[in-house]
Amino acid sequence: MNRGKNGLIVSFLALPLGLYSVFVLFPYCAAMLFAFTRWSGLSSVIRFNGLNNFIKLYNDEKFWHALSHNAIALVILPPITLGLALFFAFLFTQGTRFARFFRIAFFFPQVLSVVIVAVVWSFIYHPTVGLLNASIQAIGIKGLTSFPWLGDSRTVFGAVLGVVIWQSVGFYMVLFVAGMGSIPADYYEAARIDGASPWVMFWSVTVPLLWDTIRTAIIFIAIAAMDLFGIVLVMTNGTGGPSRAADVVPTYLFSTAFSDGNFGYASAMGLVLLVLVLVLSIVSLRFTARESFEY
Amino acid sequence: MATITSPRKAAQPQTERSLATRNVIGKTLILIILGAWAVIVIFPMLWSIMTSFKTDQEIFFSPWALPKTPVWSNFSRAWTTARLGEYLLNTLLVIAPSLFLTLLLSAMASYVLARFEFRGRMLITYIFLIGMIFPLFLALVPLYFVMRTLHLLDTFPGLILVYVAFSLPFTIFFLTNFFRTLPKELGEAATIDGAGQYGIFFRIYLPLAKPGLITMGIFNFLGQWNQYILPNTLMITNDDQHTHYVLSQGLYYLQAKQFYQSDWSGLFAAVTIVMVPTLIVYIIFNDRIQRGMTAGAVKG
Repeated sequence: MNRGKNGLIVSFLALPLGLYSVFVLFPYCAAMLFAFTRWSGLSSVIRFNGLNNFIKLYNDEKFWHALSHNAIALVILPPITLGLALFFAFLFTQGTRFARFFRIAFFFPQVLSVVIVAVVWSFIYHPTVGLLNASIQAIGIKGLTSFPWLGDSRTVFGAVLGVVIWQSVGFYMVLFVAGMGSIPADYYEAARIDGASPWVMFWSVTVPLLWDTIRTAIIFIAIAAMDLFGIVLVMTNGTGGPSRAADVVPTYLFSTAFSDGNFGYASAMGLVLLVLVLVLSIVSLRFTARESFEY
Repeated sequence: MATITSPRKAAQPQTERSLATRNVIGKTLILIILGAWAVIVIFPMLWSIMTSFKTDQEIFFSPWALPKTPVWSNFSRAWTTARLGEYLLNTLLVIAPSLFLTLLLSAMASYVLARFEFRGRMLITYIFLIGMIFPLFLALVPLYFVMRTLHLLDTFPGLILVYVAFSLPFTIFFLTNFFRTLPKELGEAATIDGAGQYGIFFRIYLPLAKPGLITMGIFNFLGQWNQYILPNTLMITNDDQHTHYVLSQGLYYLQAKQFYQSDWSGLFAAVTIVMVPTLIVYIIFNDRIQRGMTAGAVKG
């Protein structure tokens, strides 16, 4: 029946697996080894450095500073983004005109390059000609004329997070709408007969039955909050913002590696962040575990 | 996509009218809220496109106004002086072969993983999963040295291979699920008719997988067109004679240049040139793109 099966399996897997091993798998494994070495990238000698990188990391103020920004993102992004996304998904599924238009529009920022998003928003935040300051002036607030949103250490990270929320709400809305679509209509029928308002139905039918999707969304956005590499890199021109006020661990890692040439130390940072991300994923899986509803 | 219909009013005659009024108010309110967010999302994009037709003077002194006359020279300046034409050519040189290879190699691997039982199948599936879970920044430093060692750093074939390798995990994940939905009997019938294993794949299953391949083709087109972090690390040459930059890098370079050589109108023309293909692809294929990007997160 399956003559030539083994030959096919080997020949079809060899190339994909080979490419993947060389350019993805090997670098990930190497990163974990580099983390225990001291290496500037120039010399061919890679010296084993034990746990020294991690001890240095523990005492590195800049690292904690960068990590604190990921932590802030972790606190701020999930409730605001997912809250807005759930709210919009709820409104959307109540039935509205232009539904198709809204779905296409809301999701659009998600398909844009991080560079486009960053360039456009840098201009919106521009102190003198930016749309934000112009809008603020238009509604009659005078104090913020020419305020440099990306040039002030107090506002730069908030400004970046605003862009992340702007970009990702639509993605999670579409995710939730799809999840809501697979909830059987009978549940709503039953709740309606009991006289439940749409608001009550949302909390007692939609949210519990959508819980698996919400959990996934929480983990997605938690992982994104621990990353933020591209958007911070481009919006701060690789500097991490004034006084590194928007620096996150991946951007600090990048400049440690490619500007300072401390490749071993940078890899140690990456490894620590990876472990944090994995722990965080497991914790949030545990934390959000509820009896799941089969339907 | 199924949406939940709004609860219809309970048919009680005395309250029907007030409920109907409430319903109209509710619908209007929903429309206003959703409309407001749509404006917040779309306006910056439309405004950028509009700005790309203005002169620098207009941009600075009347940022809200429409351009008096559309300035097409912004685009030709972006295309030649700002070298967007060269960046675009580089991008196409990379993503055309890498898209083809991504789809072909993923289809091959997915087909085998979906249709055959063999030792190590689960292991291979899990190994590919790592690439979907681990963050990109962790791989950057060693990847740079892998590329340097293989003399692939700052070369087009190098970037092509890297794009393919990083696109494989998700594409394989998606296509494996797709191949599972195709009936096994077709292959079995063809075997009886004397078709070889390769013939079965190329003549029967690959054509059947077309919808899945299209979805992944668009998904990877957007991902690779937009990719910035990988080329930013791996493509270096950008001097007067030669440039290896792809579009996203070129755009970033243009923005960074604004600090000492201001050409906002040219920059926005460049933004428009990079954004419009994405916009067109997205509007045509929005359903597939949304399904592709949210795949794996939805129950079922």
